[in-house]
Amino acid sequence: MRIQKFGSRRRGIALAAGIASTALVLGACADTDEGSGGDGGDAEAFEIDCAAYEEFGDLEGTTVTVYTTIVEPEAETQQASYEPFEECTGVTVEYEGSREMEAQLPVRVQAGNPPDIAILPQPGLLSTLVNEYDAVLPAPEQVEANVDEFWSEDWKEYGTVDGTFYAAPLGSNVKSFVWYSPSMFADAGYEIPETWDDLITLTETIAEGNEGATRPWCAGVESGDATGWPATDWIEDMVLRSAGPEVYDQWVSHDIPFDDPQIVEAFDMAGEILKNPDHVNGGLGGVDSIATASWTDAGYPILEGNCWMHRAANFYATQWPEGTEVGPEGDVYAFYLPAETTDEKPTLVAGEFIGAFTDRPEVEAFQTYLSSSDWANAKAAATPAGGWVSANNGMDPENLATDFDKLSAEILADEATVARFDGSDLMPSAVGTDSFWSGMTEWFASDRSTEQVTSDIEKSWP
Amino acid sequence: MDWLKYAGDDPVHKLLLMLIAIVLFVVLMAIILFVVDRPRNPPRWFVGFGFTGIALLLLLAGLVYPALSTIWTSFLRRNSGDFVGLDNYVRAFTEPQFLIVLGNTALWVLVAPLVATFLGLVYAYLVDRSRFEKIAKGLVFLPMAISMVGASIIWKFVYEFKPQGVEQTGVLNQFMVWLGGEPQQWLLSRPLNTFLIMVVFVWIQTGFAMTLLSASIKAIPTDITEAARLDGVSGFGMFWRITIPSIRPALIVVLTTIAMTTLKTFDIVRTMTAGQFDTSIVALEFYDQGFRQNDAGMAAALAVLLFVIVVPVVVYNVRQQRKVEEIR
Repeated sequence: MRIQKFGSRRRGIALAAGIASTALVLGACADTDEGSGGDGGDAEAFEIDCAAYEEFGDLEGTTVTVYTTIVEPEAETQQASYEPFEECTGVTVEYEGSREMEAQLPVRVQAGNPPDIAILPQPGLLSTLVNEYDAVLPAPEQVEANVDEFWSEDWKEYGTVDGTFYAAPLGSNVKSFVWYSPSMFADAGYEIPETWDDLITLTETIAEGNEGATRPWCAGVESGDATGWPATDWIEDMVLRSAGPEVYDQWVSHDIPFDDPQIVEAFDMAGEILKNPDHVNGGLGGVDSIATASWTDAGYPILEGNCWMHRAANFYATQWPEGTEVGPEGDVYAFYLPAETTDEKPTLVAGEFIGAFTDRPEVEAFQTYLSSSDWANAKAAATPAGGWVSANNGMDPENLATDFDKLSAEILADEATVARFDGSDLMPSAVGTDSFWSGMTEWFASDRSTEQVTSDIEKSWP
Repeated sequence: MDWLKYAGDDPVHKLLLMLIAIVLFVVLMAIILFVVDRPRNPPRWFVGFGFTGIALLLLLAGLVYPALSTIWTSFLRRNSGDFVGLDNYVRAFTEPQFLIVLGNTALWVLVAPLVATFLGLVYAYLVDRSRFEKIAKGLVFLPMAISMVGASIIWKFVYEFKPQGVEQTGVLNQFMVWLGGEPQQWLLSRPLNTFLIMVVFVWIQTGFAMTLLSASIKAIPTDITEAARLDGVSGFGMFWRITIPSIRPALIVVLTTIAMTTLKTFDIVRTMTAGQFDTSIVALEFYDQGFRQNDAGMAAALAVLLFVIVVPVVVYNVRQQRKVEEIR
């Protein structure tokens, strides 16, 4: 999740965005952003078969409104990817991106003014909208057929609430990555770790060999009012590695309590790195600086040689400062966050989902387009700078822009991969977007014990 | 109906809607005037209601109904509609998370208005009739022109932290380093962080206090000050025995007005820490509960609490304001 939410490349933009997002709340105005998105790539040149949309009748001159968390700069490529559909059908897609979307969407739904389509960054939000507001319409037949064809059963399940399929998945993120500098590793003679023990050994080797502000890891979880979420990814990855996917599922569905000893163990596994002042926080401060370091900039000390590794999702590729070369021979690249053995490959994934609030033919047609392989390929073509990937198996990996995106797609498609969806996105929002986030922040900022933090989060489970 | 509800981006449509509204208003007023004028000897309440009726109805729909509905919601569990009585209030006064919020709010209401008013008063008194009065006042008044969010971002830079050995970007930590200390995580160290956030508020509000108090200081009749001077009062005595008593009503109005602003402060805390590290206050927490946690019941309960706290301040403020007007 949150791929595009924090997609700013430079501190200045991040700051301006912070101002803008808060100003949005204050001014209660919408960040309407209609535009052609013309220079986002060559999606327009991307050929799709228009016949698929003929059965919806003549849609010329109609309008579909889309409400999303995807704002600049990713909004541009997003809009460009809609162009083939607009060309085919004559439908105008009105695009509205806002960082406050998750809070504002229920407000708009209650006010009787929902968008036609919302791109939901979390399944938890989908189930809130279904259960508490009874607002999302079940997915039309063609959409369900597309999802059955192009997506795995798991992904369909994330868009399903109480047995009814509502929302088709859109993009996919791979979160189990560690960013590093290939040249620093080569100069120091370090190998890419294959197992968790290798990783810890490497961490200790780096910690012993370096002085001053340099540390093996850097991390930062500050992210405006979503502060804390990057740390939840750490914990989820650890649960997958230390306790396994079955326990992970029980944990997410609350079949075991949040403060189960197995989960506490996973926290401590993360703590081995994150709570050890010898291991963090390269160029950013002590352990407590993780709570205040902005996640968008937290990997930058790698470029200054102050830190060696930074665990962040595939979409962190778009966060590096302009001019940073992402590649196996470039300034930065990422390796798969190792598991305990090389036989298993648990992977944390996330994505967005398409929820519809109205059932006009043009809305159904657009939903159908977004759930098709046409869209996935058009979006890949519209994103020449990379940083986007999908688990849609109709997407041709050759259309992806960078080696790194191809690597992400490879992991998603790999049979050995045991993928699990971002747990905090699946948990009820009172936990997943609130107490889990703030609990993690406290974990770094104060001397509260792991047991205390996890039991506080457990208490907040509704 | 849709045509009347959403005009979209069509300017012609918007203008037409505006015209319709104006025509409706004129027609309605005409009807009222006509009806009120109709009876030969209308009772006074009838005329009175004729003119205030619509305003009262709007007030009912726009103020009284939402208030009652908020109070009702505060007795419900989350968004479910299940009646739970005072549960939400009990939670607000027992759960540590909310106790911190209430404690912080109390600190804010007590400390921030006092400090802002005190600084504004002293400053207004000191620069009064000095050579650089205009420039000096302008300097303190300037932050008033900056939005709360803008000011918070400026101060966030002031408090910014970089570890020792790395070049500091925050002014405060740079001073720490120059003085031989270690850079601090200012916004993390509780309870200091709450006061550091208050500094932003005081920075903005001091200008407001200074302007109003300066005007009242200037309004003190010169015969009083001259008489005092003839009696040998000077310096601190002048300030304490003459100025303060003369502007007492204005002082209280300023104090209570700032206290009310304090209670609805939301943007500063949200921008600086988003309520984390034990810095949240009621106005922010109720937004978080309502819109992020989806707990309408708890949000409503906090809103009602905020309302209960602010009512006495407002009443006192209005009474004092009347007194100030009487004096004039």
